[in-house]
Amino acid sequence: MSEEKIIKEKDPWFSPRNFKLLKNPLNLENPVTVQVLGICSALAVTVQMKPAIVMALSVTVVTAFSNLIIALIRDTIPSRIRIIVQLVVVAALVIIVDQLLKAYVYDVSKKLSVFVGLIITNCILMGRLEAFAMANKPWPSFIDGIGNGLGYGAILVIIAFFRELLGSGKIYGFDVIPKAFYEAGYVNNGLMILPPMALMTIGVIIWIQRSKNPVLQEDN
Amino acid sequence: MENLFNLFVRSIFIDNMIFAYFLGMCSYLAVSKTVKTSMGLGVAVTFVLLITAPVNWLVDTYMLKAGALAWLSPELADLDLSYLSFMIFIAVIAAMVQLVEMAVEKFSPSLYNALGIFLPLIAVNCAILGVALFVQEREYETIGEVTTYAVGSGLGWFLAIVSLAAIREKIRYSHIPKALRGLGIAFILTGLMAIAFMSFMGIKI
Repeated sequence: MSEEKIIKEKDPWFSPRNFKLLKNPLNLENPVTVQVLGICSALAVTVQMKPAIVMALSVTVVTAFSNLIIALIRDTIPSRIRIIVQLVVVAALVIIVDQLLKAYVYDVSKKLSVFVGLIITNCILMGRLEAFAMANKPWPSFIDGIGNGLGYGAILVIIAFFRELLGSGKIYGFDVIPKAFYEAGYVNNGLMILPPMALMTIGVIIWIQRSKNPVLQEDN
Repeated sequence: MENLFNLFVRSIFIDNMIFAYFLGMCSYLAVSKTVKTSMGLGVAVTFVLLITAPVNWLVDTYMLKAGALAWLSPELADLDLSYLSFMIFIAVIAAMVQLVEMAVEKFSPSLYNALGIFLPLIAVNCAILGVALFVQEREYETIGEVTTYAVGSGLGWFLAIVSLAAIREKIRYSHIPKALRGLGIAFILTGLMAIAFMSFMGIKI
């Protein structure tokens, strides 16, 4: 993987290489659909757009800053205890995010329930810390964190969009399907709100993405 | 007793860790290629849950909750440490997994060999932390309830991963559209199984 190469010191802040770090996770190296990381908490919060967006932002913030912090102290961490150090850094950041959510968007924080805490064991974090932040300078690591957080968030928001639209006829809490439709016999698909359809939706997203990018296809 | 049995059945079939909450999906998808390895992981997860969930519950009840430290000295009665719970839980889990690993290696080398690499990996399995957090959120009251819930969730996870592995072994020679192979079909299979498990919804004993 090209992004794993160590980035030279003299790169300007927004060099093409750094830009690539931001852009690649959105499609070709998407953490959810390609690297298969962080699915645990990705699906349960996608019934509506609002919790999904809050969750995506929280994960982006935590990945970006944990990448930054680990990259800053990477030379001083003894490699035998690095997992514990990483977990502590991540847990501290998640506690901050959790307290902020409780303070400012209490209703969403109640809806996310345990899934904010589960950001700690979100594999995206450990994956990026191990694969990228431990070997790169702080700034590229920060960008990599933002990129991966956004890649994860993009999938989350896409799934939430379809589940909310088809399941309850709303987008971000606003009714979008006109009353005339319901009067003509249109019914919301209640199955979309239930857990199985999150799995199906992500399966279909992977299908579409892989038929557009044959590089990603598996040989079984 | 009836209550415990009800909770047990609920946690296996209705509140299934995989099909209802998607917890532990990462290892669920990565390790479900053969039945044998998935069984090893399933057993290991159940085992670790059985130990970590009660320990985390004890820590939460007697150290972290608001006023939980009152048994230590009356001055600490209005202390609320619950904001520390994430960090303590993950530390307890990591430490317990390490301890369990050493204990299993000493007392049952055959089980240790069978579980192999999966034991240390369990520390970052979302299902373990998930159970600890669910126990905290739903405020289970006795250690019996917590243990029952933990074992039930573990068995539910075991059931889910073994059945997915069995199906994936069977479909190895099927004609699946190229772009859907591997990960895509695994998700859709899990979705179909989740629909099947939905038929347990509302069962009460």
